[in-house]
Amino acid sequence: MYKLGIDVGGTNTDAVLIDENLDVVASVKQHTTANIYDGILNAVRAVLEQAGVDRSEIRQAMLGTTQCTNAIVERKNLAPIGILRIGAPASRGIPPMVDWSEDLKAIAVGSAIVGGGFEYDGKEIAPFDAAAAEAFFRKLKEKDVKSVAISCVFSTVRNDHELEAAKLCREVMGEDVHVSVSSEIGSMGLIERENATILNAALYKVAQSFTEGFAQSLADEGVSNAQIYLSQNDGTLMTMDYARRYPILTIACGPTNSIRGACYLSKLKNAVVIDVGGTTTDLGVIQNGFPRESGVAVTIGGVRTNFRMPDVVSIGLGGGSIVRRREDGTVTVGPDSVGYQITEKALCFGGDVCTATDIAVRLGMTELGDKSLVAHLDRDFAEKALAAIRSLCEDAIDAMKVSSQDVDVILVGGGSIILPADLAGAKSVTQHKYGGVANAIGSAISKVSGTYEQLMDYDKIPREEALAKAKAEAVELAVAAGAIRETVEIIDAEDVPLQYYPGNTARVKIKAAGDLA
Amino acid sequence: MRKIGIPEIEDIALGAALLGAGGGGDPYVGKLVAIGAVQECGPVTMLEPDEVPDDALVVPIAMMGAPTVLCEKAIGGGEYKTLYDTVSTFYGKPIYAFMPIEAGGVNSMLPIAAAARLGLPLVDCDGMGRAFPELQMVTFTMGGGSATPMAMVDEKGNSCIFRTVTNRWTEEMARAVTMACGGSVSVSLYAMEGKFMKEYGVRGIVTRSETLGSAIRKVKEVTDKTPEEAFLEITQGYRLFKGKICDVLREVRAGFNFGKVMLEGIGDYKGDSAYVEFQNENLSAVVNGKLMATTPDLICLVDTETFTPVPTDALKYGKRVMVVGLKCFPLWRTEEGLKLVGPRYFGLDTDYIPLEERCKGGC
Repeated sequence: MYKLGIDVGGTNTDAVLIDENLDVVASVKQHTTANIYDGILNAVRAVLEQAGVDRSEIRQAMLGTTQCTNAIVERKNLAPIGILRIGAPASRGIPPMVDWSEDLKAIAVGSAIVGGGFEYDGKEIAPFDAAAAEAFFRKLKEKDVKSVAISCVFSTVRNDHELEAAKLCREVMGEDVHVSVSSEIGSMGLIERENATILNAALYKVAQSFTEGFAQSLADEGVSNAQIYLSQNDGTLMTMDYARRYPILTIACGPTNSIRGACYLSKLKNAVVIDVGGTTTDLGVIQNGFPRESGVAVTIGGVRTNFRMPDVVSIGLGGGSIVRRREDGTVTVGPDSVGYQITEKALCFGGDVCTATDIAVRLGMTELGDKSLVAHLDRDFAEKALAAIRSLCEDAIDAMKVSSQDVDVILVGGGSIILPADLAGAKSVTQHKYGGVANAIGSAISKVSGTYEQLMDYDKIPREEALAKAKAEAVELAVAAGAIRETVEIIDAEDVPLQYYPGNTARVKIKAAGDLA
Repeated sequence: MRKIGIPEIEDIALGAALLGAGGGGDPYVGKLVAIGAVQECGPVTMLEPDEVPDDALVVPIAMMGAPTVLCEKAIGGGEYKTLYDTVSTFYGKPIYAFMPIEAGGVNSMLPIAAAARLGLPLVDCDGMGRAFPELQMVTFTMGGGSATPMAMVDEKGNSCIFRTVTNRWTEEMARAVTMACGGSVSVSLYAMEGKFMKEYGVRGIVTRSETLGSAIRKVKEVTDKTPEEAFLEITQGYRLFKGKICDVLREVRAGFNFGKVMLEGIGDYKGDSAYVEFQNENLSAVVNGKLMATTPDLICLVDTETFTPVPTDALKYGKRVMVVGLKCFPLWRTEEGLKLVGPRYFGLDTDYIPLEERCKGGC
């Protein structure tokens, strides 16, 4: 049996085929097309041709995509939505979308803040005003809205008002309405969590179309036996059905996949991963096999959110970065780049722009294109350019470290040939022959997870016993989602005590992940 | 007299982050509260201190409690009306205008929201000219002003106003009320007459925040000098050091964040080293073993590329920062002022020497 991993990036669509021992059987890199399905189709076709395996033996297909990010940034295909916030009299001072740009605000057909919500300790601020919520849902139904975002003050502590509202929403607006609930999407910080929930609600059509499009392109290529999964930004997979409900969770899965792929290829559990593309270089950190999460608010298309995202630093350095000599003799590299046109514009490919790749060819760091076309480059100029590349990269490594100790570094991505092998701050530098398609590999080797969340009364069940029970439930959920039992591990556990709730109650949330069967 | 609308609020918030001198909390939620109020009720009229009659009642507005709770519950919007009623009933006269108590961080924003919602003016004046961690650390203390009668209200409509015998009791009672109300409340304190405000307040501080914020925002557009020169010129700042953070030592004691950030020189400072000590706000800057600045002068860390302020809770290894000193409000440099907020109060074993004198011989 085989796994097919696909990663759709801004420049390239990569595909890999992996066998049951997780060894790479075939890998290809194709250009991303304006209509992404053609790019996916091309990549799937090419990788299957290269591998020459029986298509019915492909049992799993995983897709990592930037579709959601693009939809938000380009304001395309976003659905009209309704926004319900539960929390009055608190929070009314900041209405939903207060600092959004006007063009993005237009997606909201209506919004309301109704009574309810909780204090930090789980006490009710006010009872949930079901009548007001119902009236609001009726209005949305009249306007033919199909997607609703529901948020609630301190729903990360208690989510019962949100769930009650979601149930009511379906009763009033019909079972086919798409409901996004904030406690399932974001963490502490009402406005950022609500923002992410609103974006999720607006993405439901985009999610529908890319999940269907992916399934269709696989079917067209005769891959009809495969379970289909989408990559999430925490390095685990979700089913098509789940991706349709929580499309926002696919955002930034690209860097996550490349970090996880690099980790898999190098067998390192803790390292800095440098993914060099055509225009930019992304640096991430792998900690115990999973990407380090960002501690700061993440902005998507100008909207501030707070949900889990990998901590990634991007610098304007890539294989296509343009190299120039200034009047004072100094040499600069980037941040502008010839991008995907590198095979036409770079000197070593017969073009007339000196790029970072040409420097690598000139200095004999790689065999690429025609060496004689860069022979005229002055050696001193090339050395200075390499020094500039080195300094950009070393500064970025330094910024990702948490202490002054040297770290292991993994180089991946098509552009990694431009980097010198010895970097200051690096204890070791690892490269792998499949490093160029690390993101597609990351997608293919991703795990499946199960999350168990419940209020538990420690007076009735002691904490240790309750947590053990919750962990067992989470493992069962991961197994139900398709994980092999023996491989399932607890990857995240939290319990938050609710002080004013009857008894000694805590909200317990456990996430377990394991390899796909 | 002039109007404060949403573009002004954006700049004031950015400037307030700088005047926080490392503390004061992220003004982001405060900014949204101010924008929400102005969107709903229209721009705010800002008065110069001299435009306020001597006998008019001027009331500073702030929040107390945990910033994380504020980020979840925000502000209900009705708090300011309740505060108005509570305070004006207590004093038996109407409130003429609101003002900020501190210029740094989240509390720089909330008085704008209060003024918008009540349709009252905001006075271009505060009691610190920056941010400080303790209740009595306001210029008004030097004039014999008292934090109480202090009014506290929550978004549910609960309110109280109380008098205490010492600042210590004020802290005790305020903390108890804050916890009972859900961890974050709106307050008014140091209510005063116009005459007193004019005598002891830090004049023009909202405008200064706005100027600083706008300068940071536009620093990249300057063409005739480097962004750094432009930044230093507009802020009238003293460049104390430029370096990379190589270590951050932190400790939480009695509810305050204590710590020290170690810097390794970059650029012109290559080979040099420096450190900045903080207690919520930055207290002192030492370059190559020499003390270059202390409280109450402002010590601010800004990003070397964007010049955006870096608060103490965002300090992390590898970040490149410039350490900038800004002169404090002159009243802080008096004997009385230094007793309240001078280096010795914060446990530094040094007399206060003004920033510009310490920097004489180059820095």
